[in-house]
Amino acid sequence: MSENVNIKINGAAMSVPADYTILEAAREAGIDIPTLCYLKDVSKTGSCRMCIVEVKGARALQAACVYPVSEGLEVMTNTPKVREQRKLTLELLLSNHDRKCLSCIRSKSCELQDLADELGVEGISFEGEMTEHDIDNVSPSIVRDNKKCILCRRCVNMCKDVQTVAVIDTMERGFKTRVSTAFEKPLSDTACVNCGQCIVSCPTGALYEKDNTKEVWDAIADPEKYVIVQTAPAVRAGLGEEFGYPMGTPVTGKMAAALRRLGFDKTFDTDTGADLTIMEEANELIERVQNGGKLPMITSCSPGWVKFCEHYFTDFLDNLSSCKSPHQMFGAVMKSYYAEKNGIDPKNMFVVSVMPCVAKKFESGRPEMEADKLRDVDAVISTRELARMIKQAGIMFDKLPDEEFDVPFERASGAGVIFGATGGVMEAALRTAADTLGGKSVEDIDYTEVRGIEGIKEATVNMGGMDVKVAVANGLGNARKLLESIRDGKADYHFVEIMACPGGCVNGGGQPIVPSRDKMDVDVRVQRAKALYSEDVNSKIRKSHENPDMEILYSEYFEKPGSHKAHELLHTTYIKRNKY
Amino acid sequence: MAIPFKGTKEQEAKLMEVIAAHKDEKGATIPVLHEAQEIYGYLPIEVQTMIAEGLDVPLAEIYGIVTFYTQFSLNPKGQYPIGVCLGTACYVKGSGDILEKIKEILGIDVGECTDDGKFSLDATRCIGACGLAPVMTIGEHVYGRLTVDEVEDILKKY
Repeated sequence: MSENVNIKINGAAMSVPADYTILEAAREAGIDIPTLCYLKDVSKTGSCRMCIVEVKGARALQAACVYPVSEGLEVMTNTPKVREQRKLTLELLLSNHDRKCLSCIRSKSCELQDLADELGVEGISFEGEMTEHDIDNVSPSIVRDNKKCILCRRCVNMCKDVQTVAVIDTMERGFKTRVSTAFEKPLSDTACVNCGQCIVSCPTGALYEKDNTKEVWDAIADPEKYVIVQTAPAVRAGLGEEFGYPMGTPVTGKMAAALRRLGFDKTFDTDTGADLTIMEEANELIERVQNGGKLPMITSCSPGWVKFCEHYFTDFLDNLSSCKSPHQMFGAVMKSYYAEKNGIDPKNMFVVSVMPCVAKKFESGRPEMEADKLRDVDAVISTRELARMIKQAGIMFDKLPDEEFDVPFERASGAGVIFGATGGVMEAALRTAADTLGGKSVEDIDYTEVRGIEGIKEATVNMGGMDVKVAVANGLGNARKLLESIRDGKADYHFVEIMACPGGCVNGGGQPIVPSRDKMDVDVRVQRAKALYSEDVNSKIRKSHENPDMEILYSEYFEKPGSHKAHELLHTTYIKRNKY
Repeated sequence: MAIPFKGTKEQEAKLMEVIAAHKDEKGATIPVLHEAQEIYGYLPIEVQTMIAEGLDVPLAEIYGIVTFYTQFSLNPKGQYPIGVCLGTACYVKGSGDILEKIKEILGIDVGECTDDGKFSLDATRCIGACGLAPVMTIGEHVYGRLTVDEVEDILKKY
């Protein structure tokens, strides 16, 4: 479809690819058409009617997001009729919206609010009956408030078409229409995997993360508590956006400085946990390969993916690596090795994980995630919640100096950093496995074939004379495809990496919200991943096993990867869950 | 809403046949739901789950369809299904008040069934007995020219 057609928008002639919609053509011509239900690559329902335009020869106004261009098409995007209709439609949407903007979590990042401002809505002329809905806040990860829902269906399409989880849909009809679960169960009683992609798809405050900042503030204020914070790799790639930095700006130094000023006793990097994960996971892989264990081994860092496997692919549970995810490992190390070494009572320790993810909130509460009755991690907050805390504390982020993480654990490897992007865990594992299997330090460590945002990536890597076949899937729809091809015997691999979110953790459900109109121009997954790969290239240490803290941890505490102690603290188990 | 599911093995076997017959058709969900309602009389979670599993369609999507179309029912019909006509003639003659009175007496809403499974309540469109307005039906029996005060005694007969 590379043929072009000639069209006119607002009188200006242009030539655009024949498979474009009016919306895409206009955007390329520098004309912004307001949208609400449209979300690039995810949702194209044409239901909100915000993007209506005049098309010459058409009887009524047309929705630009679904109207295909054709030879000779003439479009007007900015006529009095168009402007009036859009404003009227918006007022109708607002008339059944819980307009509590002052106390709304999405105030200032709300697309509905933005449009009301842009289109000059001065008042609501249609005061009338409002639909009543209860808030569903039972899930440890996601809160649903249908009073803020505008029925755009972006969350539904994300959940159903992209993630193939499909636990939410539109119910009833007419005035009673609502987005809900089957039989109105709370999300936590469904096979929701907590990925939170619904949250980052929502234009309003109808979906948001369960806020855990209060527990964190309370712990910081408690003089008895020794409060440790750790931050996942993807957080540094997204946090800057909350403070006006361009997407893809790594803010590692300022983030460490901000955390210190929030009052945490220690500020550590989950990347160290990632390096530890690689030590254990590479060892597990080599053991499985050499001892005829279950293959392919599949990564277990992404709690959204793990729960997806537990609900929908229970025949793959033995394929899941037994490794806990990096922040859980790191939490366990804090409450054992670190506590012992520093004479801290682990009962008084409070470990906070800052994650790009809301599924981590669920994960940290799993009964499996403890040792000796001590929770590995006590609270998980998302990148967005950290940004809120920084703002609440009056810290001027852009004025902060760049600081380092605390000692020890300040020198995580570049391999640990790229964990936050799709293919990153695979690449980190390959860097370590190649050295281990080959018996020497491999120089060429950029495994570019597993990088990038393609849904499913495959590679064969020769290591110490053995061809290791690997695959990487990002987004659960792609994971489903990959697993089905493995199940059908159409593909076989030694090692598979799966991340629940499209693009990996950088695009996680806990990351800063990007307006849908910006998503038409930039690819969030690509931009944020760049921040991680640039940090990796600039790292002095780029392989997990060369992180000197690994040497210390194993010689002083864990003995060797896969040891009894490592199994007690760093590994976990999985359970079968129902699909319904 | 607390009526336990009493599906039989025979009903399940029938449903499985229906699912197998439609499985590879495009748009199989609605015909299967229709036939399932024929078999069970209504579409409780147990039935919808079997259909979701059988057709490999998400349960949320099935529930969305069932709640969209008024001919699908989430609740069983009672031993004595009550229909109150809300057609124009009956409505102007006060059938709305009759409906409210029944709801009050039975403690159920339209589309629901009493806990003992005895009565279910529906608001119907015009049943073509306008001369008798306002009208309600209980099973096959038609009660016409009703007043609110008569309702309680009529229900007591069942």
